[in-house]
Amino acid sequence: MAVAIRKPLRGGIHPSEQKHLTADKPIVKPPPPTTVTIPLWQHTGACCKPLVSKGDAVRLGQKIGEAPAFVSAPVHSSVSGTVVAVEPRLDPVGRMVTAVVIEADAQDALADGISPRGTLDSLSPPDIREIIHEAGIVGLGGASFPTRVKLSPPADKPIDSYILNGCECEPYLTGDHRLMLERAADAVLGLCLLMKAAGVEKGYVAVEANKPDAVETLLPLARETGITVVVLPTRYPQGSEKHLIKAVLGREVPSGGLPMDVGTLVSNVGTAVAVADAVYRGMPLVERVVTVTGRPVREPSNLLLRLGTSFATALELAGGLTEPAGRVVMGGPMTGVAQFSLEVPVVKGTSGILVLGEDESPPLASTPCIRCGRCVESCPMRLVPLYYDACARVGNWTRARELGVIDCIECGSCAWGCPARRPLVHSIRVAKSEIRNLAARS
Amino acid sequence: MLQAVVSLLVIGAAFGSLLAVASRKFAVAVDPRVETIQSSLPGANCGACGYPGCSGFAEAVAAGEAPADGCPVGGTEVARRIASIMGVEVAEREPEVARVLCGGGDREATVHYRYSGIEDCRAAALTPGGGPKACSYGCLGMGTCVRACPFDAMYMDRNRLPRVIEKRCTGCGNCVRACPRKLIVLAPVSKRVHILCNSRDRGPVVRKVCTVGCIACRLCVKECPRQTIAFEENLARIQYSGCDSCEACVAKCPTKCIVVFGQAAKATREA
Repeated sequence: MAVAIRKPLRGGIHPSEQKHLTADKPIVKPPPPTTVTIPLWQHTGACCKPLVSKGDAVRLGQKIGEAPAFVSAPVHSSVSGTVVAVEPRLDPVGRMVTAVVIEADAQDALADGISPRGTLDSLSPPDIREIIHEAGIVGLGGASFPTRVKLSPPADKPIDSYILNGCECEPYLTGDHRLMLERAADAVLGLCLLMKAAGVEKGYVAVEANKPDAVETLLPLARETGITVVVLPTRYPQGSEKHLIKAVLGREVPSGGLPMDVGTLVSNVGTAVAVADAVYRGMPLVERVVTVTGRPVREPSNLLLRLGTSFATALELAGGLTEPAGRVVMGGPMTGVAQFSLEVPVVKGTSGILVLGEDESPPLASTPCIRCGRCVESCPMRLVPLYYDACARVGNWTRARELGVIDCIECGSCAWGCPARRPLVHSIRVAKSEIRNLAARS
Repeated sequence: MLQAVVSLLVIGAAFGSLLAVASRKFAVAVDPRVETIQSSLPGANCGACGYPGCSGFAEAVAAGEAPADGCPVGGTEVARRIASIMGVEVAEREPEVARVLCGGGDREATVHYRYSGIEDCRAAALTPGGGPKACSYGCLGMGTCVRACPFDAMYMDRNRLPRVIEKRCTGCGNCVRACPRKLIVLAPVSKRVHILCNSRDRGPVVRKVCTVGCIACRLCVKECPRQTIAFEENLARIQYSGCDSCEACVAKCPTKCIVVFGQAAKATREA
């Protein structure tokens, strides 16, 4: 179907994209690492129960963590080898999480029962949902929400549209871009599977205008399947779920609501490819595309890494560093999480490993707010970050709540443009956490 | 001249009688006890009682919603005064003071990254790893509790640990609520011995991140003649109700994380 081009979102910013570092580097699949550390909690929801113990032999794709609740996703071994430890390890979000440490034998012997599960036509929606759950698939855009849960909305929330998110508005990251070029057919197939699982007729693929080659690759496939390709203006945070829905369908997710409240589901391109792999190859989620990038990285690249590969190994695979790192971030520069150890593993939510030079990440040196209002102008949620900052500094949580701090999506547009360099997102996070604490207390 | 005087008198009399009628008709019945209760309260409006300020508490007491000894700041004396106003009895209660159960300051605790965010413990606790200190249970050292104290009873020492000035502490508990690590407890003033650690990590992990942490060796548990030290989740905890401050455990602790407050405290800490 035809391409539709939409208006830019309100607010937002234009950070330096820095995608040229890796945009034309094909996805490379390096040999399996010698050791993997696979946390049993890589998703939103309950932590998995380990199914293996020290000394066990495991094979590639074998389930090693069982989901104990509905909102959870099982975890699989990303190599074949021997379990050397099941103990708490640091994960890239900074938590100590029970993890299975596996010494790989480089054989990559497949686990039993890894075989194609059927086709788009042969499987029923519940079958697809079950396959997605068993494959441990979560949203690969970064939030890691279990995909099966998303596909099971309550009966009073009818869903009519499914949007595949190929915006990748975060600077530096190019993993989704490369997937749309190299595995466009699987991405569209994955979207068709997701649409069938959710019982949805209308499908959209949303791509930012800075990826014309991806649009060209997707168009013929979209014509075959009746999916609409939507080209959105390049502007951060266009890839945010709520802004995507507004841009593609003109629907506004209500305050405190979810996309399903406006009859829409959104998944990332990487998720769709993982779904296609799970159905057509029977392969659970054991690897993902990670953009290893940044000025200090010798050979910035898009790597298909096994889950559990340490950040140190990932950086070595990208040729190591040419200058001392000022900061290592999981994800992109806007919403990523700074790391204090390179021993942390790649998890399902690791879209990139970004290394910033020392001059690119100076310590915070903020000055008083000059009330210029730039944060208000750039806020895509039409909020007032300067007031949240003021409220947080004096502990006036009630006022912050009245002013709508809970609706903040923490995109960082406000702090990015702040001439006083105030840590606005940090203040907002404090306010949100204190409001949650207050609610829990009363 | 006369005209002006008369007309002013008439207007004055008219408004005066109007006000007199209004004050009768729209009078709000106020419990006279509220004012007397409020005047015997400390007047710090600290919120420790759970009501909005001292006047809120006074109203609640007069209405029978709050107990006469509900003001932890005023202590027994205030409780007795309020009880006599209300005509009830209150039991003698020992005043409580805040104790910070962590001894890991800049000198003792290791740090695993440079923190450059907002200088507030609640903000630092939200960063990856729960703040710059390698111990995920210990004091973050940014003084949020000190700023929360309405009585100037706390300060940050040079080791970046909060200290409580016992004489000024009223046991209002504002610091207890402010601490994101839940390190501060209210304990009866007479209980001098405290285990200054909150880490639930196993011994070897604690040793790596702090020189004065509880390493879960249980020597104190075995030593205590009254069996009043509980041990769970890799952490020894004194049950204050049974402790008679005999100090038997203090010398046994290999990491010196059991501390006696008061005069002896200085000697233990500075040794």
